[in-house]
Amino acid sequence: MATFDLNDANVVVVVGSGAGGGTLANELAQKGVNVVCLEAGARYENQDFINDEWESFHQLAWLDPRTTSGSWRVAKDFPTLPAWIVKAVGGTSTHWAGASLRFQDHEWKARTTYGDVPGAALMDWPIDAAEMAPWYAKAEFRMGTTGTNGIPRLPGNNNFRILQAGATKLGYKEVHTGNMSINSQPRDGRGSCLQIGFCFQGCKSGAKWSTLYTEIPKGEATGRLEVRPDSQVLHIEHDAGGRVTGVVYADKDGVQHRQKARVVAVAGNSIESPRLLLNSASNQFPHGLANGSGQVGRNYMRHTTGSVYAVFEKPVHMYRGTVMAGIVRDESRHDPSRGFVGGFEMETISLGVPFAAAFFNPGAWGRDFTSLIDSYDHMAGMWLVGEDMPQASNRVTLNPEVKDRFGLPVANVHYDDHPNDLAMREHAYKQGAAIYEAVGAKRTTRTPPYPSTHNLGTNRMSAKAEDGVVNRWGQTHEVKNLFISDGSQFTTSAAENPTLTIVALALRQADHLAGLLARNEV
Amino acid sequence: MRVIDKREKFNRRDFFRRTSGVAALAAVATPLLSREALAQPLKTASPAAAQTLFKMARDLYPHDRLPDSFYEAAVATIEGGLADDPNNKSLLADGVRSLDAAATKLKGRPYSSIAQESDRVAVLRTIEATPFFAAMRGGMVTALYNQKSAWPKFGYEGSSAEKGGYLHRGFNDIDWLPA
Repeated sequence: MATFDLNDANVVVVVGSGAGGGTLANELAQKGVNVVCLEAGARYENQDFINDEWESFHQLAWLDPRTTSGSWRVAKDFPTLPAWIVKAVGGTSTHWAGASLRFQDHEWKARTTYGDVPGAALMDWPIDAAEMAPWYAKAEFRMGTTGTNGIPRLPGNNNFRILQAGATKLGYKEVHTGNMSINSQPRDGRGSCLQIGFCFQGCKSGAKWSTLYTEIPKGEATGRLEVRPDSQVLHIEHDAGGRVTGVVYADKDGVQHRQKARVVAVAGNSIESPRLLLNSASNQFPHGLANGSGQVGRNYMRHTTGSVYAVFEKPVHMYRGTVMAGIVRDESRHDPSRGFVGGFEMETISLGVPFAAAFFNPGAWGRDFTSLIDSYDHMAGMWLVGEDMPQASNRVTLNPEVKDRFGLPVANVHYDDHPNDLAMREHAYKQGAAIYEAVGAKRTTRTPPYPSTHNLGTNRMSAKAEDGVVNRWGQTHEVKNLFISDGSQFTTSAAENPTLTIVALALRQADHLAGLLARNEV
Repeated sequence: MRVIDKREKFNRRDFFRRTSGVAALAAVATPLLSREALAQPLKTASPAAAQTLFKMARDLYPHDRLPDSFYEAAVATIEGGLADDPNNKSLLADGVRSLDAAATKLKGRPYSSIAQESDRVAVLRTIEATPFFAAMRGGMVTALYNQKSAWPKFGYEGSSAEKGGYLHRGFNDIDWLPA
């Protein structure tokens, strides 16, 4: 296993080991680049994962303090928990459900396609579907996505079969068990899905793709990747010429170290990534590193989300098997006749009793609520994932009044729904209920958006420097050897779950960055 | 379709873990023994106040098929969570006093002597904005529903990996959908 000296200024430092950071770190190592990957969280392996919702949450979730503001319900119900993401090696790729959908072609050009939406900071990505197609293909092959590369789709569980029956009855056409990066047969040294049903708590069988037991060990095997867990990056440092020179991080005991770097790539997910840039402000970068445009932290997106759960006369046991077990794709089209721009996917979801009690209707109590839980094993559920509008006022900023244990201001996440988000969610709730009612649901319930598992947009990609933070390669406009490698690059959120796109962008960025390094252009 | 047996299985270890010693023995030996006479399972509230808290707990999250022991255990867990905070040590005891005051004001009698659940719920609504209510309501969400022995009552099977997942245990065995 490689170990690099703190004073080795030739390494690329990658901050974060999730879908973006873990993929980038491995890919660079494969191409002959020395990489130090600094992960804030601890290293757990499959056998350490826990099939218990709250225990697992306390093991894996990012619980460092954050604050919230804005009219979103998360700020009221979970004021210190804006997001459910992971602090551990593998990042949120340990927790994700596996849904691996490509952006639709038009979603790369949201501004051109949707037109000007008042109050929304819509913008076209500086890249398009044609450019991304080969990288998507590479990502799907790498991750073992079902429905691609001849990999059979997974079998549908009870939750899916209800969705399928209802959706088909209503006339929906694109209904299947999804493009999932979960092995439906043994592949890449990993077994096939056992339908454990605790996907969100880390896949104990390893059937689900996670950088933890794919990219990272492969990178480590090259002898050019060193992953340091329990290493939380606090500052990125630069020289008088405006070049990044390294990072300062705290180890397990809180002792701070400086790791020099030739290039720094930040992949701390969309709340910590902008926070790190903001906390790296200096005389030369008074508004935050690489934040000359003022766009760092802005346009925070979380998808429209929301869930519908339905109660049936007979048992369902939705918790048996994969959490995201299937999808209805028809509504992801852009069709303004529905009253909103952009679209949404309808994907099954399941929660166990503990999380159902906490998240079905936060704050609710009394018989109306408990009668729902009494019907738990007669329930089916879906998650509505839709494109939410970027708004400059939805943003991650530093909260000067709350400091973390290192004395640094924590992130505040501000979010207000845009009218387009509200219209989309309302429509989605109605259609979700209609699907279940078509097959006899006795009762349906609307669940508000959970603490965000899709966090996007806070270091957005732009053609022009004044409109965003990074260029088409994820390279910051202002600092040539500083890159962003996670979902905070997203210019717009599209309707699809983000992980496949994050991995595709990381594979492409690695290719580009390796070339820049080889030609001494960075 | 494989369905879950929801009858509570008497598990000695679980039972003694979630009820205090004397109360547990008494409950097993003489189910007709009045609840009032059982030894106090709470540390910061009198036996009478404890009964009020148990009743409030059930009114907050009523599941008619869940025995009292689950609610008692949940309140004990909430109390445990408050124990380390010097500001909150008497939150529950003080809360009962304020709850009884609110009950007397609205319904003319202390909370636990109000016969109708809907009347008690009306009293709870008048204290919904208080820290005591927030501690009880918020605490119950985890303290009640995180009790593993309650899960079969809701038809939830809990941990699965060590049983080989659900691949051979009915993950797709639904048999009532129209063809």
